[in-house]
Amino acid sequence: MSIVTVQLGQCGNQIGFEVFDALFIDSHCPQRLSSKRENEAYQASCKERFFSEEENGVPIARAVLVDMEPKVINQTLSKAAQSGRWKYGQHSSFCQKQGSGNNWAYGYSVHGPRHEESIRNLIQKEVEKCDSLSGFFIIMSMAGGTGSGLGAFVTQNLQDQYSNSLKMNQIIWPYGTGEVIVQNYNSILTLSHLYRSSDALLVHENDAVHKICAKLMNIKQISFSDINQVLAHQLGSVFQPTYSAEGSFHYRRNPLGDLMENLVPHPEFKMLGVRNIPQMSENSLAYSTFTWAGLLKHLRQMLISNAKMEEGIDWQIRPPLPGLPSLSKMSLNKELHFNTSIANLLILRGKDVHSADLGKQKLRAYVHQYTKFGIEEEDFLDSFALLEQVVASYCTL
Amino acid sequence: MVTVRRSALAQPCDGKLFPEPGEVLSYGSDLRQRRDLRSPRPLGELRSCARGIQRRRGFLSALSGQRCSMTQSVIVQVGQCGNQIGCCFWDLALREHAAVNQAVLIDMEEGVVNEILQGPLRDVFDSKQLITDISGSGNNWAVGHKVFGSRYQEEILEKLRKSAEHCDCLQCFFVIHSMGGGTGSGLGTYLLKVLEDEFPEVYRFVTSVYPSGEDDVITSPYNSILAMKELNEHADCVLPIDNQSLFDIISKIDLVVNSGKLGTTIKPKSLVTSSAGTFKKWQEKPFDAMNNIVANLLLSLTSSARFEGSLNMDLNEISMNLVPFPQLHYLVSSLTPLYTLADVNVPPRRLDQMFSDAFSKDHQLIRADPKHSLYLACALMVRGNVQISDLRRNIERLKPSLQFVSWNQEGWKTSLCSVPPVGHSHSLLALANNTCVKPTFVELRERFLRLYKKKAHLHHYLQIEGMEESCFTEAESSLSALIREYNQLDATKSMPVEDLPRLSVAV
Repeated sequence: MSIVTVQLGQCGNQIGFEVFDALFIDSHCPQRLSSKRENEAYQASCKERFFSEEENGVPIARAVLVDMEPKVINQTLSKAAQSGRWKYGQHSSFCQKQGSGNNWAYGYSVHGPRHEESIRNLIQKEVEKCDSLSGFFIIMSMAGGTGSGLGAFVTQNLQDQYSNSLKMNQIIWPYGTGEVIVQNYNSILTLSHLYRSSDALLVHENDAVHKICAKLMNIKQISFSDINQVLAHQLGSVFQPTYSAEGSFHYRRNPLGDLMENLVPHPEFKMLGVRNIPQMSENSLAYSTFTWAGLLKHLRQMLISNAKMEEGIDWQIRPPLPGLPSLSKMSLNKELHFNTSIANLLILRGKDVHSADLGKQKLRAYVHQYTKFGIEEEDFLDSFALLEQVVASYCTL
Repeated sequence: MVTVRRSALAQPCDGKLFPEPGEVLSYGSDLRQRRDLRSPRPLGELRSCARGIQRRRGFLSALSGQRCSMTQSVIVQVGQCGNQIGCCFWDLALREHAAVNQAVLIDMEEGVVNEILQGPLRDVFDSKQLITDISGSGNNWAVGHKVFGSRYQEEILEKLRKSAEHCDCLQCFFVIHSMGGGTGSGLGTYLLKVLEDEFPEVYRFVTSVYPSGEDDVITSPYNSILAMKELNEHADCVLPIDNQSLFDIISKIDLVVNSGKLGTTIKPKSLVTSSAGTFKKWQEKPFDAMNNIVANLLLSLTSSARFEGSLNMDLNEISMNLVPFPQLHYLVSSLTPLYTLADVNVPPRRLDQMFSDAFSKDHQLIRADPKHSLYLACALMVRGNVQISDLRRNIERLKPSLQFVSWNQEGWKTSLCSVPPVGHSHSLLALANNTCVKPTFVELRERFLRLYKKKAHLHHYLQIEGMEESCFTEAESSLSALIREYNQLDATKSMPVEDLPRLSVAV
């Protein structure tokens, strides 16, 4: 079954490119650790999920690229084409000329309805190319205007159009000390809307990934492409094909379905996080040895102690009670786990975001920028309320 | 009106399309005119040179495999000051785009410039004939605003509409003018209202040169206050600039150049004051150098919209992030670096120094003290080989010494553009919405009141149809209201951050 990826905004498109690149490289990596037949089965499964074939054999990513200004999409398309390994479909992108100005209201209330038809058609075309559709993977950020606002609108649209398909939204939580000044407003509005229309929210924090780059990968001058590559590595792990019960040559067919089944038992709790082990630069990889058991142990403690990387794990913390579902995969070094740490994230960061927002709201700072495009104060209040509810639910766990 | 022919210039080079140079709409002003602003100008003098408005369309940046074209901005240059700065802007902009795409350089310099010299000048002379009856506004805001405004509104509107039609997607009008004179101040601000009515969805960014204390135009306080009211009401964003700060920057560069330090040579093109091509002696023509600084400001402002980068920032994001309340839209700007050292023996300036400089008074384009006032928001637009980690590191480092308003403690907006300005490996433009602009306004009001109390020179204004004393009092109260708002914010400076209660919900 195939997954259709929708890349929204600068962040979404930049990450999307890295994800497809990582997936492609993974499935064609030269290391011959398994038998040929296994490799072929793996490759085939991977390919079917994310790429479609073209006549001359160049795989085309099953993706729709959306942005409200052209620079990033053009860059992404040309980077993919230049690599020679794979590329995006010629007509799979949609862009306008004038961005969303970091304004959630503009993305949601103006761009959304205006371009609903075109975007829907693009997605439809991509869906028709699939033999069977597993679901949608939507990549967006929360801080900006297009990813967040238009992303929320598109997800809602997909909910209406393809109510039987699953949707997973990959959202990027911005740096604590501003990338965008109104990022708190945009984040709150996005989260509340996505919670109603998405099936699962996979959260990545820029701060955390930045730390991984700094501490584990030892990159001195970290650029956004470094950050995106680490993210892509993690996401690649999430989507790698997993064995089915029948044996090592048969892969499970429904990636999103599997994930949802195991990780989102209750629609109230749909926030997911990723812990990835090991994470290091290519150079250090040659000098490290791992055992599967050791890795698992590290990973377990990472989850329990809410650490995002292997260093600095607090080994003292013990889990409260067993019973949280976990999913282990044969060829994978990662666990995708719904756990209280995400709840903590929401609570802690949510608190900062909330208090920052409430302060601003009290003085109605920046609100005039949103009311210009139809988002009223009641909408803000609604969003606050919904998120408080989610936080409360997680707290009771 | 001249349109540069697309076919002549669109020659593929490495698969890229050339940038489309600006379309020149010349309307009365001599492109080559360079006038010293300090020549004495008594009120009411008839001037023979034609003043007018010169508009040029913004330019498109080249993209390979371009499907959608980019947004455009229209520059509206009004008055002598505005036109001189505008010309510098165009020189530098062409140079910047030429540097990005080598093959374009030839075309730009021969094709476009020739067309500009031959084509439009013919037109200019023609249209010059038409409007040489503009004898100048005589440093009278009322003449600029009421007389010329109404007289030329239709004509101007016609030209603006044509410009807009040529644009695929018009995003922003940049109005460049001075506050102290007559045309720039009066007609310039009249145009703001026209733009707002005609193109309500297009942003209006205004670069205003405020009069310094030693300004020789006696009525500049009147003109400035009357213009301020219009700026308050009809501009989306104002970048105030004063001549004294620009002059100080030049003196600083001068000092370094002439310091005689062994081996200290400066790359001529890298000077923030230099024009395209030659290294001019600015002692002879100080205003050229000063205008170039402002031109560089505009270039950096639009760089992320014109070139690619890992974190883009469009012009509409400036307004969105830096203007928390509609009236408080005055942004203090500072540019670094001012020059790049060419001598290889001297170690390149550390990146962090660039960030520190952006917050030093020496690099500001207006006299103000942001460090001791309250920040409402701050934007850092970085160009060149700078990555997100450098940005974060410097923000963390500089944050403790800056005071942000309690409800916007993390009020930073950042952008990363890959293409640096010509001659530099990286550069930074900092835009701050800060209460430090208040003293400028307070001082302006004081000078206004000193004149107004004596009713000095008032008759020049009142004799213009449509002008009454109420115009003056309204303008003054508008400014006072603005100052009050800044005062209110300042009062919150030392107050502790409130812990607001969260919404409580039933589980």
